[in-house]
Amino acid sequence: MRVSVSWLREYLDLPADLPAADLEQALVDLGIEVESIVDLRSTVTGALVVGEVLEIEELTGFKKPIRFCRVDVGAANGTGEPQEIVCGARNFAPGDRVVVILPGGVLPGGFAIGARKTYGRNSNGMICSAKELGLGDDHSGIIVLPEDTPAKPGDDARPVVGLDDMVVEVEITPDRGYALSVRGIARELAHALGVPFRDPGLAPAPGATAEPAYPVEIRDTVGCDRFAARMVRGVDPTAPTPGWMRQRLTVAGVRSISLPVDITNYVMLELGQPMHAFDAARITGPLVVRRAEAGEKVTTLDGVTRTLTAEDMVICDDTGPVSLAAVMGGETSEVVASTTDVLFEAAHWDPVMVGRTARRHKLFSEAAKRWERGVDPALPLVAIERAVGLLTEHAGGTAGAEILDLDHIRPRTPVTLPADLPSRRVGVAYSPQRVVSLLEQVGCHVTRGADRLGEDPGSAGVPATGGTDVLTVVPPSWRPDLTDPADLVEEVARLDGYDRVPSVLPTAPPGRGLTWQQRRRRAVARTLAERGYVEVLAHPFVAGELADLLGLPADDPRRRAVRVANPLSEKEPLLRTTLLGPLLGICKRNLGRGHRDVALYEIGAVFHPRPGAGAPPAMGVDRRPTDAELAAADAVVPDQPRHVAVVLTGDVEPAGWWGAGRPAGWADAVEAGRVVLAAADLPADRVEVRAAEYAPWHPGRCAELLVDGVVVGHAGELHPAVLAALELPRRTSAMELNLDALPAAPVAPAPTVSGFPPALIDVALVVDERVPAAQVQQALVEGAGELLEGVRLFDVYASEQLGAGRRSLAYKLTFRAPDRTLTVEEAVAARDAAVARAADRYGATLRGT
Amino acid sequence: MTYRNDPYDPKQVALLDPDALAGAVADAEQAFAAAADPDALTALRPAHLGDRSPVSLARREIGALPPAAKADAGKRVNEARRSIEAAYAARAEVLDREQAERVLATERVDVTLPYDRRPRGARHPLSTLMEQISDLFVGMGYEVAEGPEVELEWTNFDALNIPADHPARGLMDTFHIAPPDGAESSGLVLRTHTSPVQARTMLARKPPIYVVVPGRVYRTDELDATHAPVFHQVEGLVVDRGITMAHLRGTLDHFARAMFGEGAKTRWRPHYFPFTEPSAEFDVWFPEHRDGPRWVEWGGCGMVNPRVLRACGIDPEVYSGFAFGMGIDRTVMFRHGVSDMRDMAEGDVRFTRAFGAGA
Repeated sequence: MRVSVSWLREYLDLPADLPAADLEQALVDLGIEVESIVDLRSTVTGALVVGEVLEIEELTGFKKPIRFCRVDVGAANGTGEPQEIVCGARNFAPGDRVVVILPGGVLPGGFAIGARKTYGRNSNGMICSAKELGLGDDHSGIIVLPEDTPAKPGDDARPVVGLDDMVVEVEITPDRGYALSVRGIARELAHALGVPFRDPGLAPAPGATAEPAYPVEIRDTVGCDRFAARMVRGVDPTAPTPGWMRQRLTVAGVRSISLPVDITNYVMLELGQPMHAFDAARITGPLVVRRAEAGEKVTTLDGVTRTLTAEDMVICDDTGPVSLAAVMGGETSEVVASTTDVLFEAAHWDPVMVGRTARRHKLFSEAAKRWERGVDPALPLVAIERAVGLLTEHAGGTAGAEILDLDHIRPRTPVTLPADLPSRRVGVAYSPQRVVSLLEQVGCHVTRGADRLGEDPGSAGVPATGGTDVLTVVPPSWRPDLTDPADLVEEVARLDGYDRVPSVLPTAPPGRGLTWQQRRRRAVARTLAERGYVEVLAHPFVAGELADLLGLPADDPRRRAVRVANPLSEKEPLLRTTLLGPLLGICKRNLGRGHRDVALYEIGAVFHPRPGAGAPPAMGVDRRPTDAELAAADAVVPDQPRHVAVVLTGDVEPAGWWGAGRPAGWADAVEAGRVVLAAADLPADRVEVRAAEYAPWHPGRCAELLVDGVVVGHAGELHPAVLAALELPRRTSAMELNLDALPAAPVAPAPTVSGFPPALIDVALVVDERVPAAQVQQALVEGAGELLEGVRLFDVYASEQLGAGRRSLAYKLTFRAPDRTLTVEEAVAARDAAVARAADRYGATLRGT
Repeated sequence: MTYRNDPYDPKQVALLDPDALAGAVADAEQAFAAAADPDALTALRPAHLGDRSPVSLARREIGALPPAAKADAGKRVNEARRSIEAAYAARAEVLDREQAERVLATERVDVTLPYDRRPRGARHPLSTLMEQISDLFVGMGYEVAEGPEVELEWTNFDALNIPADHPARGLMDTFHIAPPDGAESSGLVLRTHTSPVQARTMLARKPPIYVVVPGRVYRTDELDATHAPVFHQVEGLVVDRGITMAHLRGTLDHFARAMFGEGAKTRWRPHYFPFTEPSAEFDVWFPEHRDGPRWVEWGGCGMVNPRVLRACGIDPEVYSGFAFGMGIDRTVMFRHGVSDMRDMAEGDVRFTRAFGAGA
């Protein structure tokens, strides 16, 4: 909300010379966010004075007509002689009073005014337009002051044109509807600055008369619990909105429409009470306030025809709905250029109803914004009185004697507040007197009761201030947000000042540190970074076509995705079921930016819907839901396991002066999987790598990673068709693994470290090339028995001599005994047993035999 | 032996002549000095110290001497041999050293050659900052709590005192999850803040509760220089007997000093959050700001609203609590001078590598 400080001053005795910074600080300390604060007083510097045009000499012979003027500026120029000024505008005549800036002054934008020679004459200053003064966009001519302006030549022109003001733009939190008004902001500032405040909301206003101003029936007193109205007849329809009112509306960002409408907006900004002005001649029959019928239509003031639902509320006359209640008036009953009889309406509406209607029709009018945040239900008659007064003052007419006020407002429920609760919650020792005084400052009505509350164990450690005094607090009508003791605690703390809250570090009970899952996630992240992978945090939104691009089979569970109802991009409405989609996108972006060798990793959640889960049970907030309710609700929440994935392309080791580079490939991706499992402290003998066919990997270059026989992830080179579809380089490889599927790491048993020498024996086995090396090795390990300390595959080759479809696997076996030096015979026997097992299981033969 | 049984004057045995021995020593020294490298020196050893060398031959003659002469002759021969050995060793040492120096000289390399053979990886600054903050609080006895990103509306809103029609709910710019076929609502959202984890924590355990919650959150903001639909928060929650706003301030002050140095301080501005009452926004004094020392908006905080405690099964008459939270993306931005939020989301390796592996 934007408001002029001069408006606030009408109800608040602000110091005349209040600096902008102090005003801003006061608002911030109250919890009102200041978006901007512009001190118009400092936008023009130097002498800006009222001048009276004495003579005009038309200069000819230039491209455009130019005037040489002699202007009386009183004694402002130090001589009292008329000021000679050259001017290009023509919208003024001798005798007019204008705004003159004298040499030495500076206009907004740093435009310095000096005495200079122009068009063959000496020009000493400038006659100003509104635009030049930063007062608007009107540059059609210079400002000619109205005849009744009480200013004489030489007077400071700033107050005359509104440059003696400050404009504050504030952001109001959703609990403080009342602060969306001059009244509310002024009240708050009065607290902060300790200056007198005259509440315009408490101005006297006549009450309802026996005869109504207009026949009105409320059929739903929940949706509308108050409705007031009064008629003004015979107003001058041509009466303009006074300049000061238009100026204040403009500052607030409200367009001037007609005097009656401007008055309703003015009163809304001033008091916070949204109003409506009907043209009495354009409504027929009694007004009925009711819920709309589903499908009923109304054309609102913005020219849009809206189809209503049974939750909306309308004001109807004999012709049907004439207003979308509380949100926007209707076209058929609005004030027009010929209106002479105006019916002012000020009502009170259910905030929930208004909020729903505004959202349903996407109509966030200034009125709806205030209703939704809460409007003082005590205001309608005051607002009507103010509007009627303004209209009759500026457009004549006669206020009707009848006043309608249908009042179904329920009285506020008092809040019971232990007087020491603020001290116990805030940690500042407020005396009960202080608590009462601060609450009264807010407008609460406080009575001190003698009830004693039970001992509250929460009071331990905080100095008792008021024993167990209990206060009965009735919050003011303009503070619907004050319903709980905690709300009152905040008022006390806020007005006393948050800066008074001391700093005390609480002592937490001993914690158990990070969980093993949290430690493992960090270890995995750190290890991958040390291995050369760069972490990314991709957004999880993906396109529906991604599953096709990745070549996922029709029955792949990763095709079932959680859908966002209101995605930012209609193209990406789904949440990822695999990290690879977004990660490959980021890989591609990096390639597009000129990086050739890219290695990325991400650790993040993927989202799997629970098929057939339905909606969660409705749960209230007045008590803890039962465990059964919570379990039923959680059963609807998608499964969101945390995955880790890597993508790599280009060279994993770059070429350099040391030689050629090493291209990234399937083996690096598989290695990344093993590295993750090792970082997770899972022993190698529980990890298995097997050939697999799994999209989006290359069917011949895909491994599945298993822990304890359970598949936890996949790795390898991506399918060439997928890479082509995603426009990624060939051989791009990837790994993805479900971290949440990994078991806890065991407590590792210490190995026996033997000091006896090892026996090293190499064996080269020839096997069918389709037998996985991992299985051959497993056979060797099993066959060799306990003396085998290590086995390492150091060579793989195929040749014509070995025969088609066969390959040689060369292993270095290390044997060692814990308690003796092995004899050659023992080592050879163990080797033979190992080879025999491989021969037995896979037909392996020792090369060269 | 040749002369063993002949009567003879030992002084007449030519090989034992002192001059001859001195000559052998001089010859050896001269030869050794002329050797250019250890191999050449080794090659000279048989001629001067081997079985057929003058001193070895001279030693053989000693046996034939009369006992009276033996001692004297032996002494002279030994002296001569020791001199030659010493000359050999001295020369060997010089030559070995020269040789070693030659080898070292030939093995010289240019150590300024770049060896970026294993490219460096990096951790994302958002991840490392969240871990750093978590560690700080774990050190104070807190535990790290986590929750789902697709969350129940109930935990994201209702339990936190944000009823369905509250304007605060509208301000959250929420991503809603599409309902299953035939249903009107899924009852699910992408969590708009980490606060539902507060509710989950309180539902799952009994006070005293001291937790810190890092995580990803979602709002329907288009990605631009200052907004992102996906961003990160860390929040803290304490529920215990007798907790006051003073404890909240003490905790935030400690946090600010740990993050920004001993000179850091915080200030509070009253604010509104449905789930805390009283509530405040807090600023931190950041002396190292790229545009000069200043207050920076850091986060929101307050005393847990008793309505929230009640909805989560904690008796607000017995327990009170505080909560605070801040945007991690914003923190990284002002701490490191990041001017464009997109840099943190787009995953350009140049950006992330600048932050290293994160300590």
